[in-house]
Amino acid sequence: MAVRTGTLSVWAGAASAALVLALTLGTLGAVAWRADGFGALGPRDWGYVWFTVWQAAASAAISVALAIPVARALARRQFRGRSALITVLGAPFILPTIVAILGLLAVFGRTGIVSDILSWAGLEPVSIYGIHGILLAHVFFNLPFATQLILQGWLSIPAERFRLAASLGFSAIDVARVLERPMLRDVVPGVFLVIFLICTTSFAVALALGGGPQATTVELAIYQAFRFDFNLSKAALLGLVQVMICVVAGALVFKVRLPSTSGVGLDRVVRRWEADGLVLRLQDALCIGLAALFLLGPLSMIVIEGIGGVFRLPGSILEAAWNSIWVTAVSTILCMVFALSMALAVSRLSSGAGALVEGIGFLTIAASPLVMGTGLFVMIFPFADPTSLSLPITAVVNAAMALPFALRALVPAVRDLQAGYGKLSVSLGLSGFAWLRWVAVPRLRRALGFGAGLAAALSMGDLGVIALFSNPELETLPLALFRLMGAYRLDQAASAALLLVTLSLLAFWICDRGGRVNVDV
Amino acid sequence: MNHLTLAAGLMLGATSALAETPVLTVYAPDYFGSEWGPGPAIETAFEAECACDLQFVTGDLMPRIMLEGSRIKADAVIGLNTDVTKQARETGLFGPHGQDTSALTMPIEWTDEVFMPFNWGYSGFVYDNTKITNAPTSFDALVNSDEDWKIVIQDPRSSFSGLALLLWVKSVYGDDAQAAWEKLAPKILTVTAGWSEAYGMFTDGEADMVFSYTTSPAYHIMAEEDLTKSAAIFEEGHYMTAELIGKIASTDQPELTDQFMSFILTDAFQTIIPEGNWSYPAKLDFEKLPETFQTLPTPPKALLYSEEEAAALRDPALEEWLSALGR
Repeated sequence: MAVRTGTLSVWAGAASAALVLALTLGTLGAVAWRADGFGALGPRDWGYVWFTVWQAAASAAISVALAIPVARALARRQFRGRSALITVLGAPFILPTIVAILGLLAVFGRTGIVSDILSWAGLEPVSIYGIHGILLAHVFFNLPFATQLILQGWLSIPAERFRLAASLGFSAIDVARVLERPMLRDVVPGVFLVIFLICTTSFAVALALGGGPQATTVELAIYQAFRFDFNLSKAALLGLVQVMICVVAGALVFKVRLPSTSGVGLDRVVRRWEADGLVLRLQDALCIGLAALFLLGPLSMIVIEGIGGVFRLPGSILEAAWNSIWVTAVSTILCMVFALSMALAVSRLSSGAGALVEGIGFLTIAASPLVMGTGLFVMIFPFADPTSLSLPITAVVNAAMALPFALRALVPAVRDLQAGYGKLSVSLGLSGFAWLRWVAVPRLRRALGFGAGLAAALSMGDLGVIALFSNPELETLPLALFRLMGAYRLDQAASAALLLVTLSLLAFWICDRGGRVNVDV
Repeated sequence: MNHLTLAAGLMLGATSALAETPVLTVYAPDYFGSEWGPGPAIETAFEAECACDLQFVTGDLMPRIMLEGSRIKADAVIGLNTDVTKQARETGLFGPHGQDTSALTMPIEWTDEVFMPFNWGYSGFVYDNTKITNAPTSFDALVNSDEDWKIVIQDPRSSFSGLALLLWVKSVYGDDAQAAWEKLAPKILTVTAGWSEAYGMFTDGEADMVFSYTTSPAYHIMAEEDLTKSAAIFEEGHYMTAELIGKIASTDQPELTDQFMSFILTDAFQTIIPEGNWSYPAKLDFEKLPETFQTLPTPPKALLYSEEEAAALRDPALEEWLSALGR
């Protein structure tokens, strides 16, 4: 609001938002146009809509509820391997669905480790298939992500505040009331929304672990309408329903959220005097331990299954990995340009317009990848051969897909920056690129690094929307994995999956680390 | 970015260098063109005799054909599934294949003048023969069995193999199909969106049986020397699927396309199918099959609905399936 670059960054943010709208509502419109309008929904379809909404709401609620204690424990404890643990815990989020399903089943399945232990102890083995299986899988995917985002919220509370709290003799309860709850009230609704939306587009996982057609989501109905019935008008209508779910959920969440700025500090490591007691230590150890066990179990199974063949992978897989690395680099840069410009615009616009721009940033998660792919095809086909553009399209789409996640990291950070340094910048006459260079980027390093890390990891693992126009000669690693799976080569697929997860984590680690280098310790 | 520009540049360069050579564009399913599918070997074999550039364009076939409509850029489309040819035919894009299909090595007679099969297979339940020694010998035996077998199947709304199972049950049980599904329901561990998840669950030991093809054990025998996978053979007969090729009527390369169509039924093409696709070739003498394929057990009868029947039965059969399994 105060800095003169305001108008420029608002325009840049608006341009990014327009691109996102073109990719989401634009592609949906293109499909509807090709189909001559929207079709009609039958009673079964409404059942799917209802199931989609409630399983997503339950999955998001559980993920967030569990993530809060884990994030709090990670925020107030320092231990060896902490940052490695935080990085590795991010892995489930980026796993290709088939790999994640098999990893989960190796632990929780009928012949998995848990059932083995139970039957060894003389107990009945549990069945994973059902609504609880869906929730388990969705929590497995999203708990790490929720934890990392909420942890960012905790780390954004300046260390000075905790010092002050300690010198005032605050107990852990006081700290929670005065410092932590306002932060959570700001951060949690957005995190809930993102996870809710991810879960609304789940279909392979929901179906496989839900145990059958009673676990049908809207995305499966879109798949059917698109692939079997070739009923584009119905696919478009279902896609619209998904967007409407997003809009309604977004409106509710923005109503609940209470934006707060926690002020600025020197980004020192936080020492938490109020949490030194034994009970709290034990409680935190338990939270971290259980979360690690839950997340690392299936991950370890994926490592065990894949490690044997990882050095014997054929050259084509390495080539695919190389393609993926390039696509990831491009889409991460694109994503950060979109995200930073939109976050700056959000902080400078009135709260209503800001919420609109931020809301648009969420749309890409709610948009059906199939509808997006089809829409892009319809839009590109008259002008160019979509197949020859498959990699650039993948890069742009992956950037858009990762945008909501990067925004989650950047929006609060930019708001804090404006509140803390906006006036000072104006009085110093800092604007334009000088402002970006000397004020914004150094202050936003951590959020930028974390956001880029998320974008990179996601982009690496994303199959993209290229099912409709894949190029047999230019494949990405997730596509290669998918093809191995379809050709009985499950062992090689397991190794390719391990390579994919490793690369994703590495990409996350490099970006996130880059954001922290030279930060005052 | 450099890499992408470079890749784009290379592709442009490649296209212009080959401008003299005629290009035959064939749309194919994703698996077909991949390194693990039959595509690359077929490309090499055909290019050796055609002085042309055979290019496979891969992706979901039907949606792509329907989206492109009369502006379709393909000369031929390979890999269409027998159960959805009605839609493909109704586009009016396909012309007669022009090949003699009287001597195909398929268990049924082929009279379609538009779509021509290039491979085929029987659907079937695959199991681990070290764990199941009393495999069912009929659908009735499976459905009524007291054994606590757990089976993974695919969803007929998202997978062609799932659709084949739906039609198989319909062809065996007719009006009693829903009752059969209800009896089978307790044995169904789960339903997956695609074949890969289901098959992965089977090879990981999570499920005792998986719905796949009777030729699936051939992969394990030939590629892994693993003899523990078998297909249960049912006396009622097995539903079969074939993959088809169609010639685009408006192709600007009619002779080249015809050359490719007749190449399909030659041994050079057909011998690639068993190990490229893990299915039976549409026209290959029995003794030319790999030894493993010669020894695979086969069902006494092949079941297949015409495209009209399949299209008419699909929705009611799906309704029965949903009612029986959507507990």
